[in-house]
Amino acid sequence: MLACLLPALVLFAVFMVYPTVNVFRMSLYTWSGFSPDMKFVGLDNFRHLVDDDQFVRAFQNTVTLLVVVTVVTMGMGLFLAAIMTRQKLRSRNFLRFVLYIPNVLSVVVIAAVFSAIYDQNNGLLNSMLRLVSLDSWQQVWLGDQKVVLYSVGIAMVWQSLGYYMVLYMSSMSSIPEELYEASGLDGASASRQFFSLTMPLIWQNLRTSLTFFIMSAVNLSFVLVRAMTGGGPDSSSEVLLSYMYKQAYTNSSYGYGMAIGVVIFAFSFLVSLLMSRATKREPLQF
Amino acid sequence: MTVINTPRPPATRSRIGRVLTYVLVIALALAIAVPVAWVLLASLKEKSEFFGSPWTLPEGLRLQNYVDAFTDAHMGQYFATSVFVTVLGLVLVLAVSVPAAYVIARYEFKGKGFVELLLLGGLFVNVNYIVVPIFLMLVDWDKALVDVFPGGFFLDNPSVLSLVYAATSIPFTIYLLTAYFRSIPVAYEEAASIDGASRFRIMTRIMLPMARPAITTVILFNFLAYWNDFIISLTLLPGEGKTVQVGLLNLFTAQKAAADYGRLYAGMVIVIVPVLIVYAFIQKRLIEGMASGGVKG
Repeated sequence: MLACLLPALVLFAVFMVYPTVNVFRMSLYTWSGFSPDMKFVGLDNFRHLVDDDQFVRAFQNTVTLLVVVTVVTMGMGLFLAAIMTRQKLRSRNFLRFVLYIPNVLSVVVIAAVFSAIYDQNNGLLNSMLRLVSLDSWQQVWLGDQKVVLYSVGIAMVWQSLGYYMVLYMSSMSSIPEELYEASGLDGASASRQFFSLTMPLIWQNLRTSLTFFIMSAVNLSFVLVRAMTGGGPDSSSEVLLSYMYKQAYTNSSYGYGMAIGVVIFAFSFLVSLLMSRATKREPLQF
Repeated sequence: MTVINTPRPPATRSRIGRVLTYVLVIALALAIAVPVAWVLLASLKEKSEFFGSPWTLPEGLRLQNYVDAFTDAHMGQYFATSVFVTVLGLVLVLAVSVPAAYVIARYEFKGKGFVELLLLGGLFVNVNYIVVPIFLMLVDWDKALVDVFPGGFFLDNPSVLSLVYAATSIPFTIYLLTAYFRSIPVAYEEAASIDGASRFRIMTRIMLPMARPAITTVILFNFLAYWNDFIISLTLLPGEGKTVQVGLLNLFTAQKAAADYGRLYAGMVIVIVPVLIVYAFIQKRLIEGMASGGVKG
């Protein structure tokens, strides 16, 4: 019977465990990839990272996106989920269907959609601003160093809002209706009910979603940046994984690239751990 | 935003709140639906129609863009590659994960705790982190086999891409299936084994049909992951053969430079439509599966 386990374990070991171990191992070497000379340099790669302005920038960008996208998506997702479950909207199922669509689209498609939205001259966004006479708000959305990161962030929110809304809806819908009726009779407003009833009761679900946010912000920002901006202009939208990719393939510094990979691993792991510690509460029952 | 603190008669208060809610939710739904619908419409436009306002409707049902995308931009060929890679990946992942999940759910063996822990850890390893070492490993294998396959075997091979997809989704797949197998009462298997059924027969004839909902969920999530992936296929298929996503990315770069968008939008529709069709059919199950599994790729 154990033979049934073998193929899965072999595949898993060869294509996941071994490469993961290799990320750590290679981060201690300098190596241009295809040449045979691979030199052990210990922690040198990590030491260089601190002085690497581009890396620092990529790190800051990742953190900014992580914070902004998490706060916005979580806030909007919670709010939407609350109205979708509390108020019996007539077209609820249809709305849920539409809002979830971006989650099934590929990142390349999203990148292409957003470049149509952001296009400087013929884009949907700028032409809409012209239409409502807010001409001064027009931007070169993907070409301006100050704006580009937030343009990417908006695409990330657009992509994942429906997912988190559905996630929160599923835990909110299991809260018994009597609790709302009782607190309504006691005179609690809708907002009071939301903060004193809904939020504490779905707290565990919120905590889990924080881990999803960290993992998906790191990954999604990378694929979006790769397809939308290539990290530009002038590396103002570079994120950690895209910088790692660049070092590995474009610059052929595989060891250095993998050191960045190790930092991302450690960073996401630590942040998840801290978040989970900070948000720990006694689970509430209903 | 439905919060209105000044006391009002309850009826008015809830009506204003309701209207505001509707306006907001509809605005958001439009922000998602309009760009997608716009892509569909733009794919029917002629080159000259892309200048000026982006809000004009196409002049007619012009399908030339699709013909161009399918043939000139090779999207038809890439589409076939994507279908092949996705289907093979799904077959492979199910072939190895279903038996493994069954064994983990039902049998005690030495080192089981370790295996489970390892697979659980695998849930946290995103492929984006390890795509570089996987690529280098395949390069090495190709070097080692250069006498047998001078042109290389592992890179630029859609079947190997399927294998990598399958391997990297094993943790998620086994995790979900094991949980489901455990929720099926053992009584069914005991009854079957009293009737003289072999273990293999029990697995294929009793457990598999009962686990159908979990298997469907797994297929859906993995379908979306394989079909929508572009980083792995960009890395592992560096040659002429491409998946639709990488093909679309190239089309995207080329058409933007040439300011010729029709073909690009047709290409996008070709990539979107299969996913939307699948989604429309299975949305209920997808959302249920998400709520129970709660795993994001």
